[in-house]
Amino acid sequence: MSLYLSIAIIVLIFVVIFQIAKASEYVSILKGEEASRKQNNKINGFLMIVFLVLGFVGVYVCNEMLFSKTFLVREASSVQGEKVDQMLWITLIITGIVFVITQFLLFWFAYKYQENENRKVFFFAHSTKLELIWTAIPAITLTVLVVFGLRNWFYFTGDAPKEAMVVEVTGKQFGWIFRYPGKDAVFGKKYYKNIDPATNSVGIVWDDKYAQDDILTEQTMYVVKGKPVKLIIGSRDVVHDVGLTHFRLKMDAVPGIPTTMWFTPKFTTKEMREKTGNPNFTYEISCDQMCGNGHYSMKGVVEVVDQEEYDMWLAKQKPQYYTAFPDKDPAAEAAGKANATVAKDSTVKATTAKM
Amino acid sequence: MSHEAALHAHESHGHDDHGHHEHHDTFLTKYVFSQDHKMIAKQFLITGMVWAVLGGLMSVLFRLQLGYPEASFPWLESILGKWAKGGQITPEAYYALVTTHGTVLVFFVLTAGLSGTFANFLIPLQIGARDMASPFMNMLSYWFFFAASVVMLSSMFVETGPFSGGWTAYPPLSALGDASPGSKTGMDLWIIAMALFVVSSLLGGLNYIATILNMRTKGMSMTRLPLTIWALFFTAVLGVLSFPVLLSGFILLIFDRNFGTSFYLSDIYVNGVGALSNEGGSAILFQHLFWFLGHPEVYIILLPAMGMVSEIMSVNSRKPIFGYMAMLGSLFAIAVLAFLVWAHHMFVTGLNPFLGSVFVLLTLLIAVPSAIKVFNWLTTLWRGNIRFTPAMLFAIGFVSLFISGGLTGIWLGNAALDIHLHDSYFVIAHFHIVMGVASMFGMFAGVYHWFPKMYGRYLNNSLGYMHFWVTLAGAYLIFWPMHYEGLAGMPRRYYDFSIWESFKQFAELNRFISTVAMIVFAVQILFLLNFFYSIFKGRKVTTLNPWQANTLEWTTPINPGHGNWPGEIPEVHRWPYDYGKDGVDFTPQTTPVGEHESSH
Repeated sequence: MSLYLSIAIIVLIFVVIFQIAKASEYVSILKGEEASRKQNNKINGFLMIVFLVLGFVGVYVCNEMLFSKTFLVREASSVQGEKVDQMLWITLIITGIVFVITQFLLFWFAYKYQENENRKVFFFAHSTKLELIWTAIPAITLTVLVVFGLRNWFYFTGDAPKEAMVVEVTGKQFGWIFRYPGKDAVFGKKYYKNIDPATNSVGIVWDDKYAQDDILTEQTMYVVKGKPVKLIIGSRDVVHDVGLTHFRLKMDAVPGIPTTMWFTPKFTTKEMREKTGNPNFTYEISCDQMCGNGHYSMKGVVEVVDQEEYDMWLAKQKPQYYTAFPDKDPAAEAAGKANATVAKDSTVKATTAKM
Repeated sequence: MSHEAALHAHESHGHDDHGHHEHHDTFLTKYVFSQDHKMIAKQFLITGMVWAVLGGLMSVLFRLQLGYPEASFPWLESILGKWAKGGQITPEAYYALVTTHGTVLVFFVLTAGLSGTFANFLIPLQIGARDMASPFMNMLSYWFFFAASVVMLSSMFVETGPFSGGWTAYPPLSALGDASPGSKTGMDLWIIAMALFVVSSLLGGLNYIATILNMRTKGMSMTRLPLTIWALFFTAVLGVLSFPVLLSGFILLIFDRNFGTSFYLSDIYVNGVGALSNEGGSAILFQHLFWFLGHPEVYIILLPAMGMVSEIMSVNSRKPIFGYMAMLGSLFAIAVLAFLVWAHHMFVTGLNPFLGSVFVLLTLLIAVPSAIKVFNWLTTLWRGNIRFTPAMLFAIGFVSLFISGGLTGIWLGNAALDIHLHDSYFVIAHFHIVMGVASMFGMFAGVYHWFPKMYGRYLNNSLGYMHFWVTLAGAYLIFWPMHYEGLAGMPRRYYDFSIWESFKQFAELNRFISTVAMIVFAVQILFLLNFFYSIFKGRKVTTLNPWQANTLEWTTPINPGHGNWPGEIPEVHRWPYDYGKDGVDFTPQTTPVGEHESSH
């Protein structure tokens, strides 16, 4: 009922506006074209200056209300992110100046040069000098921005330092899987046809000698404060994207084509909770590439801890090999043979999985 | 020919040799399968408007979800059925709406609706031709577009829903029906519709180029063309060179979807289905093919708007466009660079960093010709004598939006910033302002300016002013705050932000944006009413040249028939921008150059 009522009201408003507009048209015909044009020019010229003033006020108000909600108010949580922020500021200042000047001129000219029968227009078809000036100035400014940008770009996309820890990130509909290379610091080979959602979510090739100490976790990735971390990113199904807004970085996860990204976290999650005063603060990983109907819920977490805590965490992790083959697990040697057959069955199933 | 004579001559056309079907136009040949470029233009315009309303309505619906994620609207269920169970739009429906909104607005409204309308309408009229080089191909161009529209519309009604993987249709998501229900039949129809659309725009584009190059009237040298025509010319060239690449990308996608090839697929394990046999393909290849059209497409949308804005600004400032050759040169530079920047959409796909750096350089280079255009428009206003017709207001609005959106392009084009801002609301704000709303403003400007030529009547001025001011303010209120959301990393294409600690703080802002969006949409309905009412009941045009413009279309009768000029096609003696020259308010292109006249 309320729907019909609101539709009726909207229609009524439309009709009223329409009738007023029609009436004003008749009035302008009565007044004569010349007179009504003059009046329209006056009103719209005035509105131009009103819009200019209100627009700048609006930009200021909007900034007051929203700036504190962007993460720019706090320093970025990674060394690389600091450089991104620095560039954001430089770009903001340069484009901000251009924005204010050009918008001011646009609306000011529109107001100032509204039709006036006493003005003789200035026939000004071109001026090579002026045109050269406003070709050269943007070109020089942009060169500065390009130089700044590319220096950072090559730093971000360059090789990670040798001491960096390495984590493999795999996106799937709709979650994240992380793999740590284990004690040997080398990832075992993987092949997507080995994937078994229960025991081998990334398709590790168990015969590979490097594979047997690999650790798999879901949802949460542990990294160490102050230590560079290199991510090797892949996807199991469609294109995803590892979005790390607090670290100011992101990189696509593409099936079949591994990508990499590295960064150095600056603050532990705990420190960030204190800094932000938000006890629920987490470094969230957002999927930033449309990946299906659950895209909006594809959340992961980066847990930044100090080295000590990391070592403790790592010590608690069991290599995935023992989850896949519980009978090989030294801690559960006593377990019966029955379990092992089950596990074997499931790997066979995985390799012959339906296409 | 004197104006008086032309006024009375418009019924007696046929003295010349263009000679086909003058006398017995049936309803079918006049309004449906018309070969008159003016009628085809109107067909494009009205079909485009229907799509604009549908696409706009879709955005209102998904903004409803973003603004009120917890609320339930029972009436939604009665309209959308299972797509809004319990009065709340489902994620499937949300993504279908977002995808269709993007596809429809980019291709059907701002490509077909914009260049289809104004290239068809203005090219013959402004260059002095009776019709297009091939009127039949021109008619086909519309009907392919119509067929594309029908297929696209029908995809909304299939059981598994329309395509829902984003308008960019990246595989594997778009290739695998098992990865998303929208990628089943809905996607097949989507591709077919797009293929038909590509055919339509090629038929149109080839025609526009042939017509501009070959059919200019006597004296209309290339440097005497109005800037609208130059812009439409470059637009057509861009389309003809880039749309086939998109089509090839789609054909490979059809093969991957239906015939078991692996162009884009490799190493895929789909939940609930298992590992696929495809190996060796590259999902990134599609992105290259897509953006090789996708970026020029941005300029296919923008250039016609730029051209019309230049023309309208000059006419209503009563002053020549400043720097005609620079405007032309910058159009050319933009058209060339448009082909060399596509990978800036792919900075975070893991592409080679050196390649990335080349694209940074070329992308930021586009800012130079864009800046030239802005400064030239500003100088055109300077010391003019401005008449604020609704068309002029929209032209000024275009420049304002082009500045605002163009400047954020400098942020996104720099890979080191894109690595943070990519696919966030910052991108949404950027491209909606610079490409979406700005081009829409160009289109509105064009409609207000040339409506009298199209229908022989005026649009209601007061409604036009209201339309402009609400839309301009609304556009900024909607999209300006989105920059802040983007700076916080808020990702686009999210159905709900409530589980995100980092993004749920914007719930209130999202509600505000959604409310403004609804108001702005309502005002567009007002424009539609104005448009259709004025076709039949608007104030009649009583003079040949209501805006006192120099270009040729205003030398035709008020309601020109097929063939445009009843007698001889007028001869051109000067460029179209002699406004205020030697103290004369305006000097039409048909006026011979006087003996003592200064050159411009």
